[in-house]
Amino acid sequence: MTREKIDARGAYCPGPLMELIAKLKLVQVGDEIEVLSTDKGSANDIPEWVKKVNHEMVGVTQQDGVWSIVVRKAK
Amino acid sequence: MAKKILIVGGGLSGTIVANGLCRQLREELSSGSVTITMLGATDKHMYQPGLLYVPFGRMRESELFRDQRKVLDRRVPYIVDPAKNIDVDKKMVTTESGKTHTYDFLVIATGSRIRPDNIPGMTEGAHWFYDLDGARKMRDALTAFKGGKVVVNINVPHKCPVAPLEITFMLRDYLAGRGLLDKSEITYTYPIGRLHALEPVAHWAVPAFEHANIKSETFFNTKSVDAKAKTITSEEGKTLPYDLLITVPPHSGQKVITDSNLGAGGWVPTVKNTLLREGSDNVFIVGDTTNIPISKAGSTAHFEADTVIDNLSSLIKEDRWARDYDGKVFCFVETGFSTGTYVWFNYTTPPNPGPPSQMIHWFKLAYNRMYWLSARGLL
Repeated sequence: MTREKIDARGAYCPGPLMELIAKLKLVQVGDEIEVLSTDKGSANDIPEWVKKVNHEMVGVTQQDGVWSIVVRKAK
Repeated sequence: MAKKILIVGGGLSGTIVANGLCRQLREELSSGSVTITMLGATDKHMYQPGLLYVPFGRMRESELFRDQRKVLDRRVPYIVDPAKNIDVDKKMVTTESGKTHTYDFLVIATGSRIRPDNIPGMTEGAHWFYDLDGARKMRDALTAFKGGKVVVNINVPHKCPVAPLEITFMLRDYLAGRGLLDKSEITYTYPIGRLHALEPVAHWAVPAFEHANIKSETFFNTKSVDAKAKTITSEEGKTLPYDLLITVPPHSGQKVITDSNLGAGGWVPTVKNTLLREGSDNVFIVGDTTNIPISKAGSTAHFEADTVIDNLSSLIKEDRWARDYDGKVFCFVETGFSTGTYVWFNYTTPPNPGPPSQMIHWFKLAYNRMYWLSARGLL
């Protein structure tokens, strides 16, 4: 298992969720991806999408206006 | 010993860098203390955004192309022999023909490519306009279309972030012009929970879609296409029937990047402010090739290229860094055949698109001609 990071702080387009969707195509089942985002909407959008497509949420934390959202590829 | 600059890739960003360096390093090139060489895959330079107009008969194929050697400053030898392997440790690039090129500074500008083959059934069942062959086939499909269900399907990652909306609005105007709108239904699918990645653009698009009677399916990431049954199915579990499927296919970087172990998916890990490859101080990455989480667009390539020109020439002339890239992106947004708007943003300034107007549309049409000045580094 590896953990990749997407630093999407200040990324308006394509944005954190689009970056996550693209990155998930490049990693192996069981790998984790940590998305860093300054867009508070990401803390809702990403878990909502992860649930829809049956990947796994590992955790969401926030510090100094930066959200860390960790997702595990499940399929 | 002359300092050798090698540019891998003959698209927009590589060409702007080469032409800009020729202006900044005029004396060094003249004295022979610097050389610039470019490796490319074809002797033709294509204006890629023009492909959007081809399916609708609004741009001729011949308008898309120029001879790359005429776009490029004559002081830059242009070699049609694409890179096969890039060895950043040995500072050496090996080409398809087996030749090797060493360098002091490397600019990787290999770009991206469409990968409809990454989604089962997409190649057989869908049309696209992201390459000339696809645009021709889409033009034929539109000509033969007599009405029915049209699905405009968007996948990630893709270049030109506003193209999904542009093709949808232009398609609507095209069908209206042919009197087919009453017999047709347009459904737009998008991978995330709104109509566009840029939130202000997505908000603007909602009433525009309602006004144009365009349906939408959000959270739609394509799983497969069934070309015989004429259906498209998402990872989220939705299946849509279609009579005509138009897609913005997923993209990847170039094979040479993955073959050289420079980045998964063909995207090279790049420092977002310096545009240097992570771990290198003499390898610049520009255009679609970076893994920076910003739009893959011609304007991004242009603004990145300007930064690389300043820094590379400053390093050679003054042995100092010149400036950082601020993440600037500018995109025209065609909102039909007669109106357009634009959006710009950078790492710290959010986008704020204005209302569409005829004037902006005309300026976009003018830019379709002025592109060649951009490529030459004059605009």
